[in-house]
Amino acid sequence: MIRVTVIFFARARDLAGTEKAVFELSPDATTSLMMQVLVDRYPALRELQDHLRLAVNRSYAAGTAALRDGDEVAVIPPVSGG
Amino acid sequence: MKQPAPDHTGPDAPSGRDLSTQEVARYSRHLVLPEVAMEGQKRLKAARVLLIGAGGLGSPLGLYLAAAGVGHLGIVDFDVVELSNLQRQVLHGTRDLGRKKTASASDRLRDMNPEIEITTYEAQVTSANALDLIRPYDIVIDGTDNFPTRYLVNDACVLLGKPNVYGSIFRFHGQVSVFSPPAGPCYRCLYPEPPPPESVPSCAEAGVLGVLPGVIGSLQATEAIKLILGKGDPLIGRLLLYDALEMQFREVKIHRDPHCPVCGESPSITKLIDYEEFCAGPAKARATAGMPAEITVEELKARLDRGDDVDILDVRNAEEWILCHIDGATLIPLTELPARFKELDAGREIVVHCKTGVRSAKAMTLLLGAGFRNVKVLRGGITAWAQKIDRTLSGY
Ligand SMILES: [Zn+2]
Repeated sequence: MIRVTVIFFARARDLAGTEKAVFELSPDATTSLMMQVLVDRYPALRELQDHLRLAVNRSYAAGTAALRDGDEVAVIPPVSGG
Repeated sequence: MKQPAPDHTGPDAPSGRDLSTQEVARYSRHLVLPEVAMEGQKRLKAARVLLIGAGGLGSPLGLYLAAAGVGHLGIVDFDVVELSNLQRQVLHGTRDLGRKKTASASDRLRDMNPEIEITTYEAQVTSANALDLIRPYDIVIDGTDNFPTRYLVNDACVLLGKPNVYGSIFRFHGQVSVFSPPAGPCYRCLYPEPPPPESVPSCAEAGVLGVLPGVIGSLQATEAIKLILGKGDPLIGRLLLYDALEMQFREVKIHRDPHCPVCGESPSITKLIDYEEFCAGPAKARATAGMPAEITVEELKARLDRGDDVDILDVRNAEEWILCHIDGATLIPLTELPARFKELDAGREIVVHCKTGVRSAKAMTLLLGAGFRNVKVLRGGITAWAQKIDRTLSGY
């Protein structure tokens, strides 16, 4: 298993109800799986699911990317306030 | 909307000319910086920057760009200064209540720096006027407060090839970047589609720390000035995330999306579209299908006075409930609603309200999904109730 730390920002933090969580995933885990795991754990995130962006180790992950042990995943929703 | 007539104030044509004695004294702390110096200050004087929005982000932006000597500052806003703005919109004062923000901003900035030219546009940015508004400027700064205008500003900047200094805020969190294709991504490379409107509450709905736009707007001003000077490393291809509670800055590298609908290799958006419709999402679709039952505050008052059997459900937060609430209402915050359906009687008529209508629309969707049939949304929320029915309630 690999351990991945997830950090939630802005609205995603409200919906998840936490700022940070650690997940144990199978070694072949990807960002797509991560998103699935997140909405299963925090169903309130589902309403924003298609609009959340994941950044792995401070780099925006487009499409599907492999995750490794110790990775940090940031969950970044769109924000509009000004 | 027809093209708004610009209102010019200030000296007619400041340009890259030499600085006056007054200006040399005013900008002396810049002039001694090797990274600015006389050449940089002349660049600032010749620069044309369009500030879209004179609110939370627009306040520090306007103040610092004017103070820095940006020679041509355009300001677009159509709002009026309200009391609830003053907790964070430091460009405006109590004496400006009820004035147009463009007028208030212009007065304040003229006082801050009479050497610069300020052009105000008392208008909403629309697909019809955006290109004409932006075209005369070198740099655009997005200080708007809603998704339709953010997508509109992004697309217009990409189409015109103008850098867009982006910032946005939510409660204790902020985001900053500089969108400048082809050097880096645009806003749509990051978020190709807007979220459904009810899923991301506005500052009015969710609250915002007053100093937050001060931090984020100041970062945007810094980036704009760096772009003008051509110094340092701009936030192109980087999204800066700020968390005021944790007091942390994080940077995320962002990339251009070759499939981006506006800046990609074969863009599908080659002219401006209808952004209100683009961002309206399923709620708008429901509204046009005639589905959501709405009730006005006057109707609700009349029915309560008649003694009709109506349950009032307030889906705001406990903090807001303490500020004001409608007598006889039940409080279940939106986030707790799915777990607390059983506290409601599906056999009775329910009127659901929030502050202005965003969360109540969401609550209505949840209730309909859970099998409640007789649900109406209170149009305008408790804000309308406080304005039209019970003036003893404090608006917030
Ligand atoms: Zn793009």
